[in-house]
Amino acid sequence: MIEALPPAAILILGALLVPLLRGRVKSAFIVMLPVLGLFNLLQLPLGDSWVLPFLGQKLVLARVDRLSLVFGYIFFLIGFITTIYALHVKENVQHVAGLIYAGSAVGVVFAGDFFSFFIFWEMLTVASIFLIWARRTPAALGAGYRYLLVHAFGGLCLLAGIVIRLRHTGSLDFGLIGLEGPGSMLIFIGFGINCAWPALHVWLTDAYPEATITGTIFLSAYTTKAAVYALARAYPGTEALIWIGALMTGFPIFFAVIENDLRRVLAYSLINQVGFMVCGIGIGTPLALNGAVAHAFNDILFKGLLFMSIGAVMYRTGKVNATDLGGLYRTMPLTCLCCIVGAASISAFPFFSGFVSKSMVMDAAGGAHLRVVWFVLLFASAGVFHHAGIKIPYFAFFSHDAGLRPKEAPANMLAAMGLAAFLCVFIGSFPQPLYRLLPFQPVDYAPYTWPHVLAQTQILFFSALAFTLLLLSGIYPAEQRCLNLDADWFYRKGGRLFYRLLERSCNGINQVADRLLARQLPAIVGRFCRTAPARLVALLLAALANRAHRHLQSPATGETLSANLDQGVVPMGISVAAAALFLMVLYLFN
Amino acid sequence: MAQETPSERTYLFDKPRNVRRVFRLFYTALALLLLAEFFVHKHPHFPWEGYFGFYAVYGFVACVLLVLAAKYILRPLVKRRENYYD
Repeated sequence: MIEALPPAAILILGALLVPLLRGRVKSAFIVMLPVLGLFNLLQLPLGDSWVLPFLGQKLVLARVDRLSLVFGYIFFLIGFITTIYALHVKENVQHVAGLIYAGSAVGVVFAGDFFSFFIFWEMLTVASIFLIWARRTPAALGAGYRYLLVHAFGGLCLLAGIVIRLRHTGSLDFGLIGLEGPGSMLIFIGFGINCAWPALHVWLTDAYPEATITGTIFLSAYTTKAAVYALARAYPGTEALIWIGALMTGFPIFFAVIENDLRRVLAYSLINQVGFMVCGIGIGTPLALNGAVAHAFNDILFKGLLFMSIGAVMYRTGKVNATDLGGLYRTMPLTCLCCIVGAASISAFPFFSGFVSKSMVMDAAGGAHLRVVWFVLLFASAGVFHHAGIKIPYFAFFSHDAGLRPKEAPANMLAAMGLAAFLCVFIGSFPQPLYRLLPFQPVDYAPYTWPHVLAQTQILFFSALAFTLLLLSGIYPAEQRCLNLDADWFYRKGGRLFYRLLERSCNGINQVADRLLARQLPAIVGRFCRTAPARLVALLLAALANRAHRHLQSPATGETLSANLDQGVVPMGISVAAAALFLMVLYLFN
Repeated sequence: MAQETPSERTYLFDKPRNVRRVFRLFYTALALLLLAEFFVHKHPHFPWEGYFGFYAVYGFVACVLLVLAAKYILRPLVKRRENYYD
């Protein structure tokens, strides 16, 4: 039997072969890569394999345990779904970037040491940039650059943390870290940037809506979830994460309500969902960690499904703003249905996947008696239904008739959405297979109890009532063509301010320096060097001159002397006298 | 874009009757959900979870506050023209 390859190898190496293939062979090859990757993963034994010696340290390319496995499964699964969704794309760069990106995320999850972890972590950034730039619009180009800069900063934090940690512990091993000391703090922040923590989140809402239609599906799955994995591995039970997570669930929904670009609404709700996972990791009990991991698994599917359905709308109509869309249920009923399944799943309706995982985190927060956090999470649950569960399908497929009658989504998109929708309903209805994959066994949690079903249904239906009444009364904020400021203002405007400040101050200093040092000072020095000897001699001789000129043929006045000095034709006697004087001066002051 | 001209065809929700049906169904469901509380035995983490209609009221109030805050507080603060950064 051939030994299994490192988990990331098939996707990354396979991606490089894509440009060599054509037509159906290429399509089949692309779709097969995640399947082969998953098959390869199943061949790997539990524990560390692919351990390579490196500069006195060990590189571990396949640390296979229950935590990494469940992320590995879902990464290959969503890779499979997304490659089907992207089959119509002709451009190789998108396929290659998407596959390398997916492979890097797998690499992150199975890396057992910080060195390979960091390499894959940076590959995530580099590969994902191309999914944004491939849109080829000025907005995408700008957003891509900002994305790159933010992630470069995050990568540097991580690297600095790793180096400090290496100095401190002498080991590159990637495992439980816990929050103590500057090294672990820097690693924590490095993870936090990829995890879209509050105020560090804007790269996500800035760049994801600017990426290509298929690129966004890839993006929504990997970067943040790889960071969730990293936090679950290294910082479980860190109290700060509870509050960071709670904040993440809360603040994006306000932005989502007033946002017009539907993919940006989904980007905000992505942060909201990741908040539940981060909060669960912070709580750190087995139930909470299982809940965080299960929710990551489900979120990848339903968020992918929502992005796919809006992507299909965008593909067919070329529009993505709520103001331009509406009434598409008429001609895109299947896409509409898939969108509704995704919306029901993210809102955690009973029998849809969000219900069986989000409730684990809620329950863990309740069990730990975190009152404030519990209220925030409950608020976020109602809010997510409001902005993702209702707003997305309603403004795209119902609402006013925008007069658009596009064709139904292409077959490959429908197949991908159908598969994701099926999984959302299947996991929601039969959670046990998912629970069996979770890291902490046995999973002692029953989502389907009458009080839980009733409570969740009530909260959803009555927030739907709020939406209905607000909409009918005209209070619901009309979608507007506008831009909403977010924390990126600080570096987009601040960056320009900084640039202008530096331009003013540095260029000012430069001008002054140029005037003084490059123009005036050399002139002064030059003049001094030219005239000083003559003046000095003239000064010294001034006293003698009156008596001396009687004995000389020509009177040595100041003017003739300086002219003689200029031409270097000084009478020998005067030169000797000057030299003697100079020596005397030296002697006196010595 | 393959885009047909809007046809004369009427679709599901073009008929006001169907829209009214959806609303009636929705309001009935709300009533049933409240009624169901009398038949479900709760075992809450927090005492307020046991109050009648806690989740219903919380869901409703939370969403109203969410929308009002977003519309009247957040939007005036952050809304800019679309080419603000250009």
